[in-house]
Amino acid sequence: MTTLELVWFILIGVLWAGFLFLEGFDFGIGMQFAFNARDDKDREALYQAIGPNWDANEVWLITAGGATFAAFPGWYASLFSGFYLMLFIVLLSLIYRGVSFEFREHMPTIQATHLWERLIALTSFLVPFFLGMILTATVSGMPIDAHGDLSARFFDYVTPMTLVGGVAVALMSYVHGLNYTRLRIEGKIQQRALTQLRYLYPVLLAGEVIFAVLLFFYTDFYQTKAMWTIIILAFIVLITVSGWYIALKKQHEIIPFILSGLSLASVVTLLFVGLFPRVIVANNPIHNLTIVSTASSAYTLKLMTIVVLTALPITLVYQIWSFWVFRKRIISHKVVE
Amino acid sequence: MVTLVGIVELARFQFAMTTIFHFFFVPMSIGLGLVVSVMETMYVFKKDKIYKDMAQFWGKIFLLSFAVGVATGLIQEFQFGMNWSRYSRYVGDIFGSLLAIEALVAFFAESTFIGLWSFTWDRFKPGLHVLLIWIVTIASGLSSLWILAANSFMQNPIGYAIDNHQGRAELTSFGALITNKQLWVQFPHVIVGTFVTAGFLVAGMSAFKLLKLKKNDIQIPFFRKSINIALVIGLIGVVGALITGDRHAFDLQSMQPMKYAAMEGVDETITSSERKDKAQPWSLISVTNPDTHKVIAKIEIPYVLSILGNHSLTGGNTTGTNELEKEFQKKYGKTHSDIKNYYVPENTLFYAFRVMAVGGGGLMMLGVVALWMNRKKSKLILTQRWFLWILGITTFIPFVINTAGWLVTELGRYPWVVYGLMPISDAVSPNVSVASLLISNIIYFLTFAAIGGIMIWLSRRVLHSGPSAEQEADDAVESRDPYEHLIEGSEA
Repeated sequence: MTTLELVWFILIGVLWAGFLFLEGFDFGIGMQFAFNARDDKDREALYQAIGPNWDANEVWLITAGGATFAAFPGWYASLFSGFYLMLFIVLLSLIYRGVSFEFREHMPTIQATHLWERLIALTSFLVPFFLGMILTATVSGMPIDAHGDLSARFFDYVTPMTLVGGVAVALMSYVHGLNYTRLRIEGKIQQRALTQLRYLYPVLLAGEVIFAVLLFFYTDFYQTKAMWTIIILAFIVLITVSGWYIALKKQHEIIPFILSGLSLASVVTLLFVGLFPRVIVANNPIHNLTIVSTASSAYTLKLMTIVVLTALPITLVYQIWSFWVFRKRIISHKVVE
Repeated sequence: MVTLVGIVELARFQFAMTTIFHFFFVPMSIGLGLVVSVMETMYVFKKDKIYKDMAQFWGKIFLLSFAVGVATGLIQEFQFGMNWSRYSRYVGDIFGSLLAIEALVAFFAESTFIGLWSFTWDRFKPGLHVLLIWIVTIASGLSSLWILAANSFMQNPIGYAIDNHQGRAELTSFGALITNKQLWVQFPHVIVGTFVTAGFLVAGMSAFKLLKLKKNDIQIPFFRKSINIALVIGLIGVVGALITGDRHAFDLQSMQPMKYAAMEGVDETITSSERKDKAQPWSLISVTNPDTHKVIAKIEIPYVLSILGNHSLTGGNTTGTNELEKEFQKKYGKTHSDIKNYYVPENTLFYAFRVMAVGGGGLMMLGVVALWMNRKKSKLILTQRWFLWILGITTFIPFVINTAGWLVTELGRYPWVVYGLMPISDAVSPNVSVASLLISNIIYFLTFAAIGGIMIWLSRRVLHSGPSAEQEADDAVESRDPYEHLIEGSEA
């Protein structure tokens, strides 16, 4: 394995983690259209909390996909063709979610607006759920042939492990979104977010424990990388408990938000550490897809490294500037429709 | 095993459907970005509020098209892996890097700055605010540069070497990729095409609105000015499209002769020196039998193909499709024995090319007449309602032309996914089932039908409410920008 191959494996992980940190709360806000908003002003406030930024956050996913294509074509090809139907649902959800944000503003009746808003809530759940399923499926051993083609059947990728993985990512996104609501919106909706967090943090913690147990049965994480697996799992539990405590006891708003984002990023870290040096785990270890077997040529990796080192810092600067521009709170009862 | 439709056909259908639908909104949003940028720039310099209203009003249509463009663009990023995994593995080293660069250097900027632009109308000074839309416009232009660099590699693969050990093509020269001759005819052609699309869209929608407005309505100057700005951009686009299109077709003679021969309906080789007039005739109408690949009917105009293909009144030769078929059989027969033939869909290419050429010429004349009728001192355009109808219906024409161009480019590549390097049949994902592809095709189709319908309906609604709704709202609450009223302490 060359240094650049390793760098790119880490970078793909960073892009996924960045995506879940940023778009995670967008999904959480989206789900709140159904589970937290009480009236149209609430929903408008929710939209405005993410309106200027959600599109750019989603580009992190596109970049993660594109970077995988560029740096590990074999990984990209097997992953995307192997989990066809799940990715199709993700895509379809992203399409409907994207147009819903725009279409809802132009509807002639309240009922029609509500239709798009329900669609936002539904798709904001489906995307993290299926991405969570896909990410956990890649570590739990899939039928891969000698060509690297992944032909998973329904019960290969729909397992207790992947279902818990899907629910975990969706739930973490929801909690992340509730924390974002507390950070960005003022009004009763913020109070309700706190109430929901009171109940959801214990559920999330229980889910994390179940996930840790299932990891033992469905992956080789504890056999091959016991120490790292336990450290990262412990870290995830620790930041969940801290977030819980700080959100509810200290009434603090920024730290729980950062912690819930970190917990999503840590899940990605856990999966990537467990994967290493593989990129998709096969039923038959001979057919594991690995960093080395799927990587691009040294020339392309070098080119892409130069591009990323130039472009990503600039991107971060203007994305952070954009968040700074829209830093002020939205007051739900004052929303002008 | 005999199946009615195979995965190759279904995957091809899906690629065609999703790219065509996506490509309705790409030129529309890039072009509208430019139109809105120009309008807002005029506001900054002339300080006349009408230009701000224009930028905001057409900005709504721009935002709608951008949203649909992004949503349908996601499919493109995913479907190479989903439906064309063999292709992705074989050329991902080259093709994938261009897609990743697009996301990193262009798409991030577009989507961040469009968010900033649409939510900060009254928070930033006009001079700063206009910069945001220009960044969006330039970034979306850059975005198309990278995508077309990827497509140009498929049309004219260069800058790579085959690694036999890995069994794939690998990038050897990034410089060659971005200086690809194909790219620098295709990219300018697409960019001017975005001018045409948005220019005639804004002019056409304005014409529809003028038809609805009563005499002396205060909105009339708004839409008349919109027509002028849009048509200037549209006409620059049409002239550019004709020039770059001619260049593009000219280059095809050496780069993709089969595509060129089919576009011109040449089945048997034309050698001008053997003809009495020493010139190649051009077919206005031509019908090819798709089974025998022979032209069975045509109407010819003398000299024109020499002008187009030789840039001179006489001379030049065009190799016919039948001779090319024999040449290709000899050239690729041994390495690609599974390819049955190298013919492309002649009739589709022939007429799609004529739709582009005739459409472009027609738009140019219409644009010039419309600008003349809409000149400042004349009310001609308001009294000639039939003309407004024509201009209105023209809204849709650039979309037809864009699709035709896309069809020529992509169908003319047949049977290759990467020209001369990889046949389409080798590119498809072997592990994806017919059922999966069928389901996704049907659902995409229904989704696109719904989104397309809603887009047209919403554009009409926006047009119907008109900029006056905007102005009234402005008077009531100062602006559409929610933050003005929502931000703590900003009431002061």
